Amino acid sequence: MGRLTFAGLETRPGQVWGAIRLVPLVRDEPIEGLRMHPGALDEPRYPADDCWYVPHGLTAEWTGDGAGVPELGTALRMPASTVRGSRRPKSKTGHRTRVRFLPRRGALETYLPLAFKAPVIAWPDWSRRAFTRGLLPQPDRTYYGTLLDGLADALRVFEIHPRQCGVLIYVADALSGALITPHPDDYRALHPTLIEDSYSELIWRYAVLYDTAPDYAVKLDTSTISSLSDLRIEAAAAQRTWSTFHDDTLAGGLLDPDYDFTDVYKMADFRLVRYRPAFKTGTETHVGEAILDPQGRPAFLQSFRLSETQVRRGRLLEALGTHDWHLADTAEALHLTKPSLVALLHNSDLDWMLRQDVADHNFPR
Amino acid sequence: MESVADLVAAEDVLLFVNAAVAATGQDEFHTGRARQEWSVDFLHEYMLVNYRDLYAAALALGINDRNKARIVLRLLQSGADATPEQRRTEGRLIRRVLRELPVNRVYRLFTALAKAKVNNRRTRAVMREWLTARPDLGFEAVKYRGAFKRAALHAHLDLDGLPGDAGAELASFLFAPMATGRYRVPLFETWRRAHFDRSAVFELPYTVAEGFSAERGIPRQVFLEQIAPNLTRNERLRLQRSGGTAVALDAAALGRMPLTRLAAYVLAIPTEEREERREELTGALRAAALRAAGDRARTWGKVAAVLDDSYSSSGSNEKRRRPLVVALGAHFLLDALAGEYRPLWLSGNEDALLAEPRGVTALGDRILDALETRPDTLVVVSDGWDNAPTGLAAEVLRVWATRLDPERRTAIVHLNPVFDADGIGVRRLAPSVPTAGVRDAEDLPELMAFARFDDGRAGIEELRAAVDARVERWLEEEPWAA
Repeated sequence: MGRLTFAGLETRPGQVWGAIRLVPLVRDEPIEGLRMHPGALDEPRYPADDCWYVPHGLTAEWTGDGAGVPELGTALRMPASTVRGSRRPKSKTGHRTRVRFLPRRGALETYLPLAFKAPVIAWPDWSRRAFTRGLLPQPDRTYYGTLLDGLADALRVFEIHPRQCGVLIYVADALSGALITPHPDDYRALHPTLIEDSYSELIWRYAVLYDTAPDYAVKLDTSTISSLSDLRIEAAAAQRTWSTFHDDTLAGGLLDPDYDFTDVYKMADFRLVRYRPAFKTGTETHVGEAILDPQGRPAFLQSFRLSETQVRRGRLLEALGTHDWHLADTAEALHLTKPSLVALLHNSDLDWMLRQDVADHNFPR
Repeated sequence: MESVADLVAAEDVLLFVNAAVAATGQDEFHTGRARQEWSVDFLHEYMLVNYRDLYAAALALGINDRNKARIVLRLLQSGADATPEQRRTEGRLIRRVLRELPVNRVYRLFTALAKAKVNNRRTRAVMREWLTARPDLGFEAVKYRGAFKRAALHAHLDLDGLPGDAGAELASFLFAPMATGRYRVPLFETWRRAHFDRSAVFELPYTVAEGFSAERGIPRQVFLEQIAPNLTRNERLRLQRSGGTAVALDAAALGRMPLTRLAAYVLAIPTEEREERREELTGALRAAALRAAGDRARTWGKVAAVLDDSYSSSGSNEKRRRPLVVALGAHFLLDALAGEYRPLWLSGNEDALLAEPRGVTALGDRILDALETRPDTLVVVSDGWDNAPTGLAAEVLRVWATRLDPERRTAIVHLNPVFDADGIGVRRLAPSVPTAGVRDAEDLPELMAFARFDDGRAGIEELRAAVDARVERWLEEEPWAA
């Protein structure tokens, strides 16, 4: 358990375009020893008569000793390996390692169910279904950024800060995603790919319903100002007020909850984790991946806001997972009767996981 | 003391003039051309219906060529609504404006008139008068052949009655070009020969020759080498990046180019090359600025400028780096005008020649830096999208005007090179600061004199004086040849 922070990053004033607010995060000192590249996969030579898919997933690359990772494709004397214990002899000039991420859209479908300890007894059924229909039920479709009204324009007209290493995307002032990168150059490279990311159904709905977000224009208190330096102090105070307001209020949904961190990978000093909060209906819920440094500061973070139906379903799955998929125990833990739990599962489109006789017995149709 | 109606009228005129200076019917960074078209059309219609006199007078207020042509089109279109007195004044203004406009603009206007089916007696008279007064009709008939033909037809022009050599052969040149055999007019004859004689292609105007060269498959480099003597000044400047050594200009020739066009050329050069040619480019920009400043050089006292080089100054695909170009032009012009000059680029860049559109628009902080030096004049060249944080510039300017400088010893002017289609006008920084649209940096002194009327301190007489001065200067000035 733990919390996410923006330690090491500074919040700068957001830029509003229509209903979209983009709030930049600026890093004082970029992290050189870890870099994220978009789409670092080699273009395969496509055979003429075949279908190929090259995902746009990220590639993380790091040196063990904190030395700078060169720009992608520019290093002549610093070989990279993708496997940690590679049998290739280590070069003397340095070494860096790469891991590749799944594309965000696929990542969500793939990783989210892993958290819920799926029952192994039903594995053949489960895997057949996963292969034919995908893991998440159909209503959980996520939306590409291109479908969000105004996001493309907002990203186009957004002015990137000189040392910017992250951004928070708000649609109608609902936090819908966050991206933090270790280095400003990475951010510049990844900024346009935000349009390819996926957003939940809730966010898509907000983008349709709202066409403006309020712009928090600065207001200075005139009464205390009698010189230019006062004015400067007052202006700086206004900027600080905004950052505090943003971190406490606007981004509260991401920063306040306690998260379950699952360690996935170790990258020298950094660790790659996936985080998810306790699922509680009616609250903002963000899940995602992050690379944290030893002090727990995020070097990389990508976040996805779940929609309400996803949260409800997540809560049920979590309860089932903790009670070993035992219906009676789970019902008791949720203060429900068994039939009402089954009804809930049915309403959340999860009853396909129950054996037919159990479902029929508890929830006669 | 002006009445409310006067003040409202003045405000409307200023709004319209600002918009008509900045709006070019092209994509801007934030909004596309379709929305702009709508906004600008609305403004034109509004002015025409409510303030016809002032609408016509706007022709003399340094608005851009596109909007001048539009005003002429609308005035000619709605002549029936005007009183005889108004029609007389409009006629004088139209005549003068057509003399001022670049020739291609006028032909495009004539085409627009034909397309809009505006063919009243006044329109025909205006077209006829302009066409017959052209010094070299034969040349224009070749260079703008299609448009010229349409205009001649539309104006019911008596081609045979036209003065000069060209008059006699124009009709056959336009309507039966290859059927009449040899022409007596040399240019017509060259044009006819260019259809089969390669060497004749290079004696034609550049734009016409370009078509022939494409048809005959003449390699670009060979073509440029041979056509080089026929290039106009602007064509030559336009070809600097792509034309190679054949059309290259030296520093002195660059210095004779108009300031804003030169700035656009400089900003199109990659940074490394700009660094290599620093002396040459800076010298040319300085020379152009001094020429634009004229006898006002070094007369402005202490001037500070806040210049916008944020990412939004990169303009659009159609207007590449235009806001930055204007800022760079203004930088050199102010340097020439001011006794003591302090430039402040938003990015903190100290080297104007290497300006690049990057980063955020933190206008508030930079305006504070500029005010610290207590300048006599503060010029802000920016598109007005203050976003780091939003509204700080407005607050700083408000507090400055109300608490720190109530006697207004510092004159602050905001020049905005970008038309904001959603706001129908140019974006303002603060209500207390006069804002003016700007298209070419050369117009900066006139615009600033004009903009001072915007904050309600200068009276209507002062505005009239400014307009008259502007008109006078126009009459003395040679219009740019296309």
